[in-house]
Amino acid sequence: MTGSIAALGAGLAVIGVGIGIGLIGGRAMEAIARQPEATGKIQTNMIIAAALIEGAGLFGIVVALLGI
Amino acid sequence: MFLRYCLLFFAAIALPMAATSDAQTSEGQSMVSTVAQDGHEAEAHAGDHAATESEEAVFNPNEMIMHHIADSHGWHIVDWNDKEIGIPLPVILWTNEGLVVFSSSLFHHDSEGKHVAEAGGQRFVNLHEKIYYASDAPNEHGVYAQADPVTHEVANAKPLDFSITKNVASLFVSVVIILVLFIRAARSYAKNSGAAPRGLAGFVEPLVVFVRDDIAKNNIGPHYKKFVPLLLTIFFFIWVNNLMGLVPFFPGGANVTGNIAVTMVLAFVAFVVTNVNGNRHYWKHILWMPGLPVAVKPLLAVVEIIGIFTKPFSLMIRLFANITAGHIIVLSLVSLVFIFETVWVSPVSVLLTLFISVLELLVAALQAYIFTLLTALYLGAAMQEEHH
Repeated sequence: MTGSIAALGAGLAVIGVGIGIGLIGGRAMEAIARQPEATGKIQTNMIIAAALIEGAGLFGIVVALLGI
Repeated sequence: MFLRYCLLFFAAIALPMAATSDAQTSEGQSMVSTVAQDGHEAEAHAGDHAATESEEAVFNPNEMIMHHIADSHGWHIVDWNDKEIGIPLPVILWTNEGLVVFSSSLFHHDSEGKHVAEAGGQRFVNLHEKIYYASDAPNEHGVYAQADPVTHEVANAKPLDFSITKNVASLFVSVVIILVLFIRAARSYAKNSGAAPRGLAGFVEPLVVFVRDDIAKNNIGPHYKKFVPLLLTIFFFIWVNNLMGLVPFFPGGANVTGNIAVTMVLAFVAFVVTNVNGNRHYWKHILWMPGLPVAVKPLLAVVEIIGIFTKPFSLMIRLFANITAGHIIVLSLVSLVFIFETVWVSPVSVLLTLFISVLELLVAALQAYIFTLLTALYLGAAMQEEHH
């Protein structure tokens, strides 16, 4: 039982991360379309922000895995 | 380019093969109990074949995957005619009576605690890749270890284990690769200085320039030169080890960057370098943030001090979780064949594995890049000059 609840928790964490990274990706695309010459800078900052969000999600997943 | 695709394809084919051989070994140890359960099936076949048939019937993907991503005391390569072929690795223990060194072949490929290795006048047993002092007599399952009646954990004492395990051996291999790559590139620069880089130097140069200009210079600031060697080492170490982890056959296959101890050491290096190089400005912003009401300052100091530790902690977890998750996905797709027990699933399984493997090639480089980039960012934040 604890295993399945932990798996639910991991899934919830991933939903949040998915929304977050999706927003970043979408906004980065818009920004690149508006200003193609700044592609490099936008990409770097996009990856940094995505990595930070991903870190939060991974915390959730690891904690959920510990619960299994 | 063509060679790379050939290699990839070969990898996709070799993976299921490696998984088959390992599935058999890990299941072979629980053979005895399985035969007893599957009495019907055992009757249908004669003699020795019954055991192998019924052990495949209860393939446990969870066990196989965990066995694959974990560290081990021997380097298992392949099963050939029911014989395990692998490289025995040295087991180095600090026991109550001093240092004991012996070969892991004394365990006879056993990690269920059923073979006692005698060395230095003491008896050891390998139970789930942890080494314990062996009990005098086996318990009812033939395991030379006793379980604690309350917690159900192993009650035997453990010596300190400094063994050269599979991960450590794989680490040595990748260090040799990195050294050969860079020493040869450096020699080629010394030989034809001024000319365009050739051979290995030509391969390495764009990457080095990328780390220097795009990662170090952009994020650290004016004093970036001192840290370029560190960032290059981190980048290439993680990248090479990630790629080695994707190679399913012998020199690769260990899960080095997916081992939390390895990523912890890497993150610890980042932590020490960041905080040792932090200037007055950095510490002032952590301990006594300027421009705020006094009542808020101690509160913010607590948050900032926690922040010092969560940054390297997230570096550690990110690399570990990404690489381990990649390995688990590949192994799960491979075990589809054994779960459905039909060869017709294998095209799906191989194609999906190929797809994920290609994705993992990207992730291998991306995670090396992110780790290096975030280290540079933290360093840059710690060394920022005052600008009010």
